[in-house]
Amino acid sequence: MLKIRNLYSGFGNLRVLKGVSLHVNPGEIVTIIGGNGSGKSTLLSTIAGIVPALEGEIIFNDENVAGKAPEKIVAAGCSLVPEGRLIFNTLTVRENLVMGAYTRIRGDRGINLGDELAVIFGMFPRLQEREHQLGGTLSGGEQQMLAIGRALMAKPRLIMLDEPSMGLAPIIVKGIFEEIRKLRDAGNTILLVEQNARAALRIADRGYVIETGQMVLEGTSEELLNNNDVQRAYLGKDYRSISD
Amino acid sequence: MSFEHLLQYVLSGITNGSIYAIVAIGFNIIYNTTGIINFAQGEFVMLGGMTAISLAAFMPLPLAILAAVVITSFAGALIDFLFIRRLKSPSVLNMIIVTVGLSIMIREIALHIWDEKVRSLPYFTGNEIASINLLGAYISPQVLWVLGVCSVIVVFLGLFFKFTLTGKSMRACASNMIAARLCGINTRNMVTISFMLSAAIGALAGCVISPITQTQYDCGTSLAIKGFTVAILGGLGNSTGAIIGGVIIGLLEAFSISVMPLAYKDAIAIAILLVILFVKPSGLLGAREAAELKEF
Repeated sequence: MLKIRNLYSGFGNLRVLKGVSLHVNPGEIVTIIGGNGSGKSTLLSTIAGIVPALEGEIIFNDENVAGKAPEKIVAAGCSLVPEGRLIFNTLTVRENLVMGAYTRIRGDRGINLGDELAVIFGMFPRLQEREHQLGGTLSGGEQQMLAIGRALMAKPRLIMLDEPSMGLAPIIVKGIFEEIRKLRDAGNTILLVEQNARAALRIADRGYVIETGQMVLEGTSEELLNNNDVQRAYLGKDYRSISD
Repeated sequence: MSFEHLLQYVLSGITNGSIYAIVAIGFNIIYNTTGIINFAQGEFVMLGGMTAISLAAFMPLPLAILAAVVITSFAGALIDFLFIRRLKSPSVLNMIIVTVGLSIMIREIALHIWDEKVRSLPYFTGNEIASINLLGAYISPQVLWVLGVCSVIVVFLGLFFKFTLTGKSMRACASNMIAARLCGINTRNMVTISFMLSAAIGALAGCVISPITQTQYDCGTSLAIKGFTVAILGGLGNSTGAIIGGVIIGLLEAFSISVMPLAYKDAIAIAILLVILFVKPSGLLGAREAAELKEF
């Protein structure tokens, strides 16, 4: 589905990604864990075309999309739920969702979005209750649901999620992760970036660990959960409990 | 002051105010999609009026106005293509300076094409001396045209932004540029459309006010200053605010004549602009946070 080879990108003279390679197979959740400033978000932004790729390949469904404009990448079937959600505050919940389907409406003016809105509302009933409210009036958790719903309206083949747990109460995070798992079970492919490594590895099939713009570790979620370095650096175990 | 006098002032204030409001709405449309103030907005008004006047010599008036609106909106697109689009990661200040330069350039070009002569379109209905008696106050039928066109533009824009895909995606751009790109919206094209739209609205305003205020190569500047004041007073980016601000400034100007010499009329708007910028930079209906985050 997605294959990245030796990707470099950054801002101005600053290289944030230094030769990143990874792959995502259809139907799996792959998670990328790493600390602050390790390049997780830059990686997703580069795939989405918001940050320009300087070198390397991003092969999405046999097509190199590195350097393409974001709208081309969305149209190709790769949607990003950005960090901090970035919902449209001044648009209603319904309008936010319709905007998600923008490229599809452009492709087919007669498209009927009713069924798809119903699917999203079925997934997140809270959004239906607030259908005609402005996006900016929603709570953090509702905004995250809206951001996910908006990305799903594009019918993407690959959904990328950037820090969906950020700033949310643990109970809300649990619900959001549950929905992400359900999306995978329904056949979607997901690339998940998270600081909350434990929660991410619990639902993921495979994972990568990124440090200062390079992948340092790769494995199945189980392998990573049991890896001493990962436990110490990202899962909050101290040295003693590991060496004992 | 008699009731008739009062009414006369009020009507004249509302007429001028609605003209300012249209110019202000032109500012708002571009501000919302790009975050910049297009200081060439007044020149769109002049271009529309001048083009219609030249074309009216060969064709019926409605056709000339329609053609002038179309031509001016293409001029707006051209400006975006040649200047705004070329800027790589432009700062707000860069783009504002570009528009100031453009306004000077357009004025000079207009001076070469149309020279310094003051021209005007014929009255749409009736003539200079035709007037309608409204509860004792006398107004020109052209005033009704101005008010009517302003209302139509406001209603049209309201529907456009609420119900069309393009209008909604322009609002999405205004709300969050990056999120709009992530939805697959080509934001550069939205900027072009916003330039076309505000040029077209400016041109239409230029045509409908031409019989009353006359058109000259440099008539855009003072309108741009008034329109800018109104946009700031109402809250940048807010169209309802623009209408309220327009009527307030129009009325203040109209009543100022009765207490101050006519020469001070134009100073009123500038004085108000300064007061707002000192006291409440976010404007009447603008969001406080938005004003604080503005880059200039």
